[in-house]
Amino acid sequence: MAPPRRRRTGQSRRAQYGRFATYVVAVGGVVISLFLLALSVLDPRAFQAVRNLAIDVTAPISRAGSFVVSEVTSFSQSVGDYFEAGRQNGELRDRVRELEGQLTQAQAAQLENDRLRALLQLRDTTADEVAIGRLVNSSWDSARRYAILSAGSEQGVAYNMPVRAPEGLVGRVVTVGNWGARVLMIIDGASTVPVRSARDGTPALAVGTGDSELRVELIEVGTNPFRPGDMIVTSGVGGIYPPDIPVAEIVRIEGDFAIARPLAAPSRVDYAIVQPLYQPAAVPPSEGGSAPAEAPR
Amino acid sequence: MNRIAGSTGAILYHDYKRKLVPAVTTILAVLLGLFPVVVTMPLGPDIGFLFLLGWRLLRPEIWPPTAALAFGLFDDLVSGNPIGQSMALWTSIFLALDLIETRVAYRDFWFDWLYAVVAIAFHIAAAWYIAVLMGSPTAFVQLLPQLGITILAYPIVARMIYGLDRWRLA
Repeated sequence: MAPPRRRRTGQSRRAQYGRFATYVVAVGGVVISLFLLALSVLDPRAFQAVRNLAIDVTAPISRAGSFVVSEVTSFSQSVGDYFEAGRQNGELRDRVRELEGQLTQAQAAQLENDRLRALLQLRDTTADEVAIGRLVNSSWDSARRYAILSAGSEQGVAYNMPVRAPEGLVGRVVTVGNWGARVLMIIDGASTVPVRSARDGTPALAVGTGDSELRVELIEVGTNPFRPGDMIVTSGVGGIYPPDIPVAEIVRIEGDFAIARPLAAPSRVDYAIVQPLYQPAAVPPSEGGSAPAEAPR
Repeated sequence: MNRIAGSTGAILYHDYKRKLVPAVTTILAVLLGLFPVVVTMPLGPDIGFLFLLGWRLLRPEIWPPTAALAFGLFDDLVSGNPIGQSMALWTSIFLALDLIETRVAYRDFWFDWLYAVVAIAFHIAAAWYIAVLMGSPTAFVQLLPQLGITILAYPIVARMIYGLDRWRLA
């Protein structure tokens, strides 16, 4: 049907003008929000103050409910375990046998490590933790992979600090409120973590794919040295992530890439540890570090 | 149930219920995004958007297109989208629906669902493109399950809104 020729809302001038003004405001609003969006795309840290405030308001809501959900999740997990008990039993027995062998090797390696450390008089450079928080929520209806952590600047958390769980790396902080922080998880497409293979030290970059996996890209061109089952750990390059945090396990090889599954599955991680930047002097001030400005040539 | 209000208080109650139920339920639906689950894949439907769309398709007269600006700002702040994303997308969907409604006289549930499918697809694709612009180059394929789930969730949300609407006007 063609639109009616006279689109007057009625005889009242006031109603007509009011309706017209609504459309002017709505179209203007779309233009302004596209402008705001362009600002956010050009500078992801735009409007930080407003968003920090929003985190503070919303984090307690997620925190209050997280207890209930973790109870429900663990219940369904135990029901599943009950039905798979037989098969799991066999698998676990094999695994224990395998691990006992590895344990002996590890103990030997540990002894040798201690000896060499003493020889070199190395300090144990385990970075201390800034804060411990709970991962209370993640974006479950958008393509980005953010999580909300229940610790903020009151606890000393700052922009770009690495976040890890006991199992492995979770991500880094991108928005800091007073009592909450938003974490960019390593599986987000915008996350890149410098890593190396734990077996032979091959350097690589672990890029998020947006679903539950990581794409491991080699830095040096050549044959792909990764094999399924290899562990990758952070390499410390870039100054944000401290070295030797476990990141992921390679699950398959795809040409020049390897696909890895994060060790700290974000859906099961409860508590996360925020660590300070590894080398603040290597990170530019705009990224939260304290690198000196480049000397003029 | 007594449909005749007996006192000024009862009149006020019914008045506010009639006016506020759509906005309050939409805001609560947006807040559902804060539900404390941590997931690795985008699977859940954007319930806030579905509620907004459901109310808009059922009762075109309750909200001017500018209402979508306010709801969009709220959603951007709550869900961590770049500010302006939901504002721009939701308001342009409202404006497009206004344009369509002056041209199409016939209306039933299947038409509403059709409009909803187009709006949902546009919303998810545009949000994905914005994420790509912001340096998160994920494959669109992994949003297809979410797209399907959201489209199938619309009738359920619409049912809930019809119920709320009957309660609101009762």
